[in-house]
Amino acid sequence: MSEVIVITSGKGGEGKTTSTANLGAGLAKLNYNVVLVDTDIGLRNLDIVMGLENRIVYDLIDYFEGRCKLRQALIKDKRLNNLFLLPAAQTRDKTAINAEQMKKLCSELKEQFDYVLIDCPAGIEQGFKNAVAGADRAIIITTPEVSAVRDADRVIGLLEEMNLPRPKLIINRIKPAMVERGEMMNVKDILDILGIDLLGVVPEDENIVITTNRGDLVILKEGSEAGKAYSNIAKRLTGEEVPFLQLKTKYSFRESLKRIIGIRNN
Amino acid sequence: MIDFIARFFKKDKQSKDLAKERLQLVLIHDRINLPPYLLEQMKEELIGVIKRFTEIDEEALDIGIESSDRTVTLVANIPLKGEKKV
Repeated sequence: MSEVIVITSGKGGEGKTTSTANLGAGLAKLNYNVVLVDTDIGLRNLDIVMGLENRIVYDLIDYFEGRCKLRQALIKDKRLNNLFLLPAAQTRDKTAINAEQMKKLCSELKEQFDYVLIDCPAGIEQGFKNAVAGADRAIIITTPEVSAVRDADRVIGLLEEMNLPRPKLIINRIKPAMVERGEMMNVKDILDILGIDLLGVVPEDENIVITTNRGDLVILKEGSEAGKAYSNIAKRLTGEEVPFLQLKTKYSFRESLKRIIGIRNN
Repeated sequence: MIDFIARFFKKDKQSKDLAKERLQLVLIHDRINLPPYLLEQMKEELIGVIKRFTEIDEEALDIGIESSDRTVTLVANIPLKGEKKV
C-alpha cells in the first residue's frame, strides 16, 4: 500500500523542491506517515526550504556508506511529527550513489512510511536515473514556459522508456492575469502539448517566497492560494477526487466590461 | 482592458498560441529521437525502395512525422504514377 513517488521536471527552477516539501506536509496533515528524500547530491535544498537545515547530522550518503543507521539519518519535521526528511549530502556529487542503492533504500523506507517522496535533481543524467530508480510513479512539474514544457516532455519520454506508469502533471507558477490576456499558455494548451493528465495547478503566489524565506511551508499558511492548491494536490495523490480550483484573475470579464463602461460594483 | 479591445480589432496572434505551435513542432522531432540527417536518409531510402517497384510522383510526395497523444507516426503520402516497371 506504501508508495514511492518521484517529483521531477527536467529543467531546474520549476518548483520540484518546494512542491516536494509542501506535498509531503499535505500528506502528513492527512495523517499519513511521510518521508521526503533529497537526491540532489551536492546541491541540497530540501532541508533549507523546510527550515530543517540546522538539524542535519547524517545524510543519505552517510547511510549508504555505513556511517549511521537509517533512523539516525531521518530528521523529524519541526511542525508535523509524522513527516521526516532524509537529506542529501552537500559535499559529494551525483556519482556517489547508484540506482541499486536507491532501489534498496526505497523498499526499506516503504516498510516504515505510507508515502516516500523523492525530490529529483534537475537534468536527465545519473542524478535523475538514481532518483527514479526506486519510484512507483512520477509527478512532472512544469511552468508555462516553452523551455520548461519542452524539458518536461523529454522527461515524460524517459519515464516511459523506464516502464513507469504515465506520470501526472503539476503546472506551477501560472499567472491568471497573463493567461487571460493570452500571453501565457493556459492549462489546456499545456495538456494538449504534453498529452498527460493533470494533477493540479499552482498559481504564482508571493507567499511561496515569504514562507520559504522563513523556512515555513505555504501549505500550512491559512488563506494562501498556492497552499490551497497544494492541499488539493495532496488529496488527489491519495486518490480523493477534488475539483480543480478556479484561479482568480484581477477582474472577471464582466467586471472589466463594467469598469470600461463606467459602472462600479459598489 | 485596452489590450483586450485592441486585440479584438487586430489580427495579431497571441503569444501563447505561438508558444504552443512552436512547441508542438519541436516536440515531434524531440520525441522520435532521430537526428535530422538520419530522418532525411530514411526518407530517401524509403523512396528508393518504392521506386524499385513502381513509378512515383516525386513532386507531390509528402513524408513527415506526426504526433498525437504521445504516439509518433511516420506519415507518407506517395502518389504512384501507375504501371510496374518490370
